[in-house]
Amino acid sequence: MLETIWFLLWGVLWAIYFMLDGYDLGIGTLVPFLGKTDRDRRVMFNSMGPFWDGNEVWLITAGGVTFAAFPKAYAVMFSGLYIPLMLLLFALIIRGVSLEFRHQVDSPAWRRVWDWGATIGSFLPALILGVAFSNIFMGLPLDENGVFQGSFLLLFNPYGLVGGVLFVLLFAMHGALWLSIKSDGDLQQRAAATARRLWPVLVGVIGVFVVLTVFYTNLLANYLQNPLMLVLLAVPVLALVLLRQQIGREDWWFAWGLSAALIGGLTLFGVVGLYPALLPSSISPEYSITIANAASSTLTLSIMLGVTLVFIPIVAGYQFWLHKTFAHKITDKELNQDGAY
Amino acid sequence: MDVLMLSRLQFAMATMFHFIFVPLTLGLSILVAIMETKYVRTGDEMYKRMTKFWGKLFVINFVLGVVTGITLEFQFGTNWSRYSEFVGDIFGSLLAIEATTSFFLESTFLGAWIFGWTILTPKMHAACIWIVAIASNLSAVWILLANAFMQNPVGYVIRNGRAELDNFFTVLTNPFGWQQYVHTLSGAFTLAGFFIMGVSAYHLLKKQHVEFFTRSFKMGMYFAMIFSVLVALQGHHHAQEVGRIQPAKLAAMESLWETQENAPMYLLVVPDEKNERNAIELFGIPGGLSFLAHGSFDTPVQGLKDWPEEDRPPVLLTFLSFRVMVGIGTLLPILCIWAFLRRNKLTETPKLLRVLLYAIPLPYIAIEAGWVVAEVGRQPWIVYGLMRTADAVSPIVTSQVAFSLVSLTLLYALLGALDIYLLYKFAKKGPAEA
Repeated sequence: MLETIWFLLWGVLWAIYFMLDGYDLGIGTLVPFLGKTDRDRRVMFNSMGPFWDGNEVWLITAGGVTFAAFPKAYAVMFSGLYIPLMLLLFALIIRGVSLEFRHQVDSPAWRRVWDWGATIGSFLPALILGVAFSNIFMGLPLDENGVFQGSFLLLFNPYGLVGGVLFVLLFAMHGALWLSIKSDGDLQQRAAATARRLWPVLVGVIGVFVVLTVFYTNLLANYLQNPLMLVLLAVPVLALVLLRQQIGREDWWFAWGLSAALIGGLTLFGVVGLYPALLPSSISPEYSITIANAASSTLTLSIMLGVTLVFIPIVAGYQFWLHKTFAHKITDKELNQDGAY
Repeated sequence: MDVLMLSRLQFAMATMFHFIFVPLTLGLSILVAIMETKYVRTGDEMYKRMTKFWGKLFVINFVLGVVTGITLEFQFGTNWSRYSEFVGDIFGSLLAIEATTSFFLESTFLGAWIFGWTILTPKMHAACIWIVAIASNLSAVWILLANAFMQNPVGYVIRNGRAELDNFFTVLTNPFGWQQYVHTLSGAFTLAGFFIMGVSAYHLLKKQHVEFFTRSFKMGMYFAMIFSVLVALQGHHHAQEVGRIQPAKLAAMESLWETQENAPMYLLVVPDEKNERNAIELFGIPGGLSFLAHGSFDTPVQGLKDWPEEDRPPVLLTFLSFRVMVGIGTLLPILCIWAFLRRNKLTETPKLLRVLLYAIPLPYIAIEAGWVVAEVGRQPWIVYGLMRTADAVSPIVTSQVAFSLVSLTLLYALLGALDIYLLYKFAKKGPAEA
């Protein structure tokens, strides 16, 4: 029971990470497309300025909770996906310093370097996380000792690649919507147009991904056993449909919330399909890393559950406060203050 | 080189690089918070300028600390997966608690602080930097308790082939961890104090912004004075604790080969690891080591030969690092006293200012050396007495680690250079005009 709760929490924490840092990564990816002038790009960076660091901590927490609640899953996931995780790490490092370094030197060449740093450092994590999670949905080539057999190039199979593209698009949509909230004028028009244009593409890629999921993964087995659980699918489907409507009505907050629900819903749909495995093995189901063979002791799981249930709502509370405090459109006054990106 | 050696090098590189930024974050956050509080209380614009000037250096440094910190969490899984599996029940929990209780606070409220100058009320703004300061220092509790489990594992049982939590309270009250906490924090605060004194000294030497930097200097000085004395005094207790819990580390720190009562303390020692002796031992204080280690002159101190060779830490590196740390640790309070005596005649004492400017790297070196003592001196164990480092490494291939080590080193070299360039640029530029 405790293990199952932790399995769900594990999925929820990853979902929150995608829902929050997703818009940062999306905006970073969109910089070359939407940031025509230096002011545009500054608005884009400042639109995530107060948030990106706090959002990134959800990744640290998701990683830390995997370590604490399912040490074996953490060990196998991070060592098995060694090269992708290193690339993810380098990209996130570059993203962080790009945001902070860009405004420190008043030179167009310097700024151009960090514009690209922010773009690559945002695009790559989206791609890698998508590829990694699709491959986890598919099953990793894990032997009886949980050792990843074969080259990491195996990860770039059709399903993994579609998953990577899907994450990039989901985050780009999420970012375009956040930018629509935070900017005005010409840039806002372009961000809105991007969201409108991305929507049909997103529908298409989600469709392809779902079809491939049927062929490549075993995720649906859980749902076929308990068809009632298919209602879970209602969340992303409904979010996707309503998203088009709200983009049309230009209610950006609502649209952004729906985009978050879409990201979270898809993530949880996949994670629930994995249950009880955290990392299925494609070599043999017996070698899968599951909640049964990977969970921490009952004592640790109980203590950590207490910590999580107390602190995560508090964190959500003050991060909500942060978003509310900085929800307004970015003004010139703000761009000119000390510390602005 | 094999996966083990490459992974150890990578861990050492990544951790030491990360720890260039952490101590300044820990200390400067508190000092900036004090400055801003003084501004809010008194309305004195100079304190606001101080907050902004030192705050800018703080933020540049902080971001480097954040991004290099992700590496550390990842590395346990990527390179030390067998270790992670073995201790995740306890070690992983401490890291997860750190993230949920401290790191979130730090990162969220720093965002509000950086961008909130015109949006938040002055009181709320000052509260944000206090939250950052407290959360940073709280975060150190969890990280050091996690490290303490590697140094002095407590509160566990071996079950299901791994270390499982037996008593959480015992893990939280690990005396080794709290010793490390006081030691690390007081060292970090000393570093921050010297950083402020050094940067201020640069401007005072040029006789520019004299009032601004005299005020800053004094804050840094009092901070450094208190904590450089504390870190030295408490360091002595910490070393005694090491002697009780990790006697092989203490023997390596002192390069003591033979167990002896009345063990002397030599001022000059040149270890000769190959022949299990010291090539040179000069200026001995009879019974000095026995006294320092155990508080009495005739208590025996265990020598390295008490352990089979495969159970001994690398002697030369541990020994030298310890000497460097203690040497600098002795010098810093003396510099503080000198600065204190000249505190009202700073611009008339260029010699002091020049020394303090060039002393900025010293606490950094001492702190890094201290961690070398702690981590290298713990070898060959990754968890003292429970798991060997050689048994902890991931089942990965050499080319993977070679790739990550080389790329990470290049990336970090670039970041380090940029960070120094930016800190130098803004430190030199001085505060904005009133």
